[in-house]
Amino acid sequence: MTLAEGVQLVAFGLLVAMTLGGALGVVLLDNIVYSAFLLGGVFTSMAGLYILLNAGFVAAAQVLVYVGAVSVLILFGIMLVNKEQPFVPMRRAWLGKAATGGVCVGLFALLAASTLNTPWAISSEVPTGDMATAAIGIHFFTDYLLPFELASVLLLIALIGAIVLARREFIPDVAPGDLASEALQLPERPRELVSSVSASEPD
Amino acid sequence: MQLEYFLLTAAALFCIGIYGLVTSRNVIRVLMSIELMLNAVNLNLMAFSNYLDPVGINGQVFAVFVISIAAAEAAVGLAIVLSIYRNRDTVDMEQFNLLKW
Repeated sequence: MTLAEGVQLVAFGLLVAMTLGGALGVVLLDNIVYSAFLLGGVFTSMAGLYILLNAGFVAAAQVLVYVGAVSVLILFGIMLVNKEQPFVPMRRAWLGKAATGGVCVGLFALLAASTLNTPWAISSEVPTGDMATAAIGIHFFTDYLLPFELASVLLLIALIGAIVLARREFIPDVAPGDLASEALQLPERPRELVSSVSASEPD
Repeated sequence: MQLEYFLLTAAALFCIGIYGLVTSRNVIRVLMSIELMLNAVNLNLMAFSNYLDPVGINGQVFAVFVISIAAAEAAVGLAIVLSIYRNRDTVDMEQFNLLKW
C-alpha cells in the first residue's frame, strides 16, 4: 500500500469506528432487521481493513462471501422465521448481562495487556502486495493442498446437510390412491386417437 | 500504523461478539455474533500476516479457509434454526431445551 501515513491513519480510524459501532449495533439493537443490515456494514468495513493490510484478494473474497452470501442468507433466515414475539422476561436477567459484560471487559483488558506487552518480531521486508493472489494460489496447491481439498469436501457436506435439514416434509392427510387418480386426470376432454389412425392410412 | 492497533480492534470485536453470543435471546442474533467473532479472528490473522510474515503470506491462506468454513457454518446453522422453528414455533433461546435434561 503506497498511501501516505496520515491517509492510512484516517482511513483506519474511520473503518474501526464503522466496524465497532456496527458491531455494537448488531448486538444491542432491538430490531433484528437493523442488526442484519449493520452486520453487512461491519463486513464491508472489515474488507476495507483488509485492504489496509495489503490483502486485496481476501478483501474481495470477504465482500463476495460475507457481504454477498452470508448477509443475504441471514436476511432470508430472518424473513423465514420472523415472528413478532415478545420474549418472556427472565428473572434476574440484568444479573446475567452484567456478569457477561464484566467477563467481556476483563477479557478485553487481558488481551490488550498481552498485546501491548509482547515484543512482536516485526518483519522489515517489503509486503507482497498485489502479488498476493498468485502467492495464495501457490500455497493452495503446494503446502496447503490437503486442507484445500478438505475444505471443498466440507462445503459439499454443508450443502447437502443444509438441504436435508431445512427440507419441508409434507405428510398428506388423504389416502394416496384417490389423490393420484384425481391428480393424474387432465381437465380437458379425452381425445380420440384419430391422428394416429389417419396417419397410418395411406392416401 | 502499527500491529497493536489492529490487534486491539480485533480484541474489541471479539469481546462484543462474546457478549452478543451469551446475552442474545434471538437465535439469528446468536448466529450473527458468531460471525462477528470469526471476523475478529480473521482480522488477527491478516494483521499477523502483514506485519510478521509479509512475504510468505500464510495468514491470508488461513483467512480464506476461515471464510469458507464460516460460510458453511452459516448455512448449516440457519438450516438448524429453520428446523427448530418449525418444531417449536419460537426463536427464543430460553425455550430450546431439547438437549437439556
